[in-house]
Amino acid sequence: MSGLTQAHSVVAPSTASRRISGAIVIVYAIITMLPLLWIFATGFKSQSDAIAYPPKVFADPSLQGYVNLFTTRSRQTPEYMASLPPPETWYDELVRKQNMVIVGPSKFGARFMNSLIIGFGSTFLAVFLGTLAAYAFSRFRIPLADDLMFFILSTRMMPPIAVAIPIYLMYRELGLSDTRLGMIILYTAVNVSLAVWLLKGFIDEIPREYEEAAMIDGYTRLQAFRKVVLPQAATGIAATAIFCLIFAWNEYAFAVLLTSGEAQTAPPFIPIIIGEGGMDWPAVAAGTTLFLIPIVVFTVLLRKHLLRGITFGAVRK
Amino acid sequence: MAEIRVEHLHKTFGTFTAVKDSSFTVHDGEFFVMLGPSGCGKTTTLRMIAGLELPTSGQILLGGEDVTFKRAADRDIAFVFQLFALYPHMSVRQNIGFPLKCVGTPKAEIKRRVEETARILRITPLLDKSVSGLSGGDRQRVALGRSIVREPMCFLMDEPLGALDSEFRTLMCHELRSLHDRLKATTVYVTHDQLEAMAMADKIAVMNHGVIEQFATPQEIYDHPATMFVADFIGSPSMNFLAFRGALAPGQQAVTVDGVEVAVPAAREARAEADLVLGVRPEHIRFVSDGGVRGEVFGAEYLGTTQIVTVRTAGGTVKARVPATVPVATGDRLGLAFNGARLSVFGKEDGRAVRTALYEGAAHG
Ligand SMILES: Nc1ncnc2c1ncn2[C@@H]1O[C@H](COP(=O)(O)OP(=O)(O)O)[C@@H](O)[C@H]1O
Ligand SMILES: [Mg+2]
Repeated sequence: MSGLTQAHSVVAPSTASRRISGAIVIVYAIITMLPLLWIFATGFKSQSDAIAYPPKVFADPSLQGYVNLFTTRSRQTPEYMASLPPPETWYDELVRKQNMVIVGPSKFGARFMNSLIIGFGSTFLAVFLGTLAAYAFSRFRIPLADDLMFFILSTRMMPPIAVAIPIYLMYRELGLSDTRLGMIILYTAVNVSLAVWLLKGFIDEIPREYEEAAMIDGYTRLQAFRKVVLPQAATGIAATAIFCLIFAWNEYAFAVLLTSGEAQTAPPFIPIIIGEGGMDWPAVAAGTTLFLIPIVVFTVLLRKHLLRGITFGAVRK
Repeated sequence: MAEIRVEHLHKTFGTFTAVKDSSFTVHDGEFFVMLGPSGCGKTTTLRMIAGLELPTSGQILLGGEDVTFKRAADRDIAFVFQLFALYPHMSVRQNIGFPLKCVGTPKAEIKRRVEETARILRITPLLDKSVSGLSGGDRQRVALGRSIVREPMCFLMDEPLGALDSEFRTLMCHELRSLHDRLKATTVYVTHDQLEAMAMADKIAVMNHGVIEQFATPQEIYDHPATMFVADFIGSPSMNFLAFRGALAPGQQAVTVDGVEVAVPAAREARAEADLVLGVRPEHIRFVSDGGVRGEVFGAEYLGTTQIVTVRTAGGTVKARVPATVPVATGDRLGLAFNGARLSVFGKEDGRAVRTALYEGAAHG
């Protein structure tokens, strides 16, 4: 009897539609995850397994790719190999099986470090400057505020690479080519407009009464900003930071153009890891896997904010 | 505790004048209400007193000291916002203690005063709860707690009950007034609700378009409205206006409305022939079968002991509040007689009340 009279809600999705949307999400997730899984698996294959045809889905796991990624090696004659003392470490052994010896570390570590410094550095700067600017635009009567906001947005209307040549020439003159500082400034400049726009939306959502109450209670505006506005804007700041970091971390075109040595980031470095007789695919896959980790960690750490933040403050209160 | 004096306060936003030449004094310990429709400049005035907005010109004195350009934090005032402005990331205790923390009060002292405040407001059991789960009334109490914990010179409240439902509003009205009677703190309270204003105020300033139309006690404002705007804004149903043309001489005690002679309080000023308006409160109307201003009953609204009867006359629609026992039916033709001692006369052009015996001794806005 009660089964017959069961009410059904007009707003809550029905079981069937929930199942269907669940299935769609899972299928989509598999489609997007597969290439990543393939890269992850390739990183643990030997060079020959990686290029085997038909492709090997399951191969004997090997750390060759990771060892090759972090080392430079040279091929030796069998006589020389035989004359060496027994290998001291597992990676020595792995390299010697290929009739090679390790001559030193590769540049991957340094390139990865560059990516970390440039990516997080420019993200921090863009979000820091963006928060201050957004707060000012949101709270103060600024002459021509709307025009300024439009001007800030207009810097994003053209693909940044369209101004690559002027920037290249300017950087050469200023001595910023192939420097970490130069790349941080560049990525900050590109990201700050996005940061201002996103953050202004978030800060507009915070009632100004909060900080006014704090100012009446004895805080200066700066204190009220730090202790009242910032905690409430945390969600927006986190979401903005992720957007900025993703851009700076993945940026390829400027990195190729402006960096070649000292300040080169990982994206231009990874695809040109050449082994003997062509691309060293396991090493490339290993580099790509490692390259993904920081952004995954960062996103997971901030995911609680991200979900609320990406809806652009629409669900506050 | 202190007196608040506002002198010739003026505020413009670009070309728009939000507050125009406002002057008033709130005496020590008074409960002062600024009343007016939305957008009339109440909040702007309050924010200037608080120091959240700088006046374009004019002066603000708190306890005799000129604070016009002082920072909000240096004025020793408390502000209760319409949205309560409680910090969602803090507990009730932290919210109430926040103003003390801002000025570096020792922890033990904060604890003692927060608990005392909670006792006054009867919210002790809520102290360690998060503010996000509280009901509207409790949020309001916490917001009040945050303002009284510091024992400031005066309280400024911007429609603090506006976000509450009507049931809570009546209760909080009562609580606020009794809190004020206990603390005796000078209070400026902003509202667009005349019932709140009437129930709580010692003095009311009725504002319209940035101008204070009248500044007086609730009774005076009700009985002697200085302008047609005030007369219309205060009272429910509001004052009836009957237009007529005529002249007034000092001492004159009757006017002719719609061809009928109506007794009014003796005029104290002369007016040349002009369009005038007779103002009649609904409760100052009686029904008579013969004579009076003639009209036809259009409808009646039964209120228990009284009823509001709408009557159509040649001069316009009139609402009368008469005992519920008076029998009326739609379509009845009857006459309206007025309580001559309690009528107001306004100039139609300027909307200002003509000075009459009724207004003698009343502060003229
Ligand atoms: N910061 C501002 N900039 C421009 N106009 C404003 C600003 N603040 C208030 N106003 C205008 O001033 C008028 C009075 O506002 P307000 O004092 O908030 O009215 P009230 O509180 O009586 O409803 C309104 O018309 C409002 O639009
Ligand atoms: Mg207001």
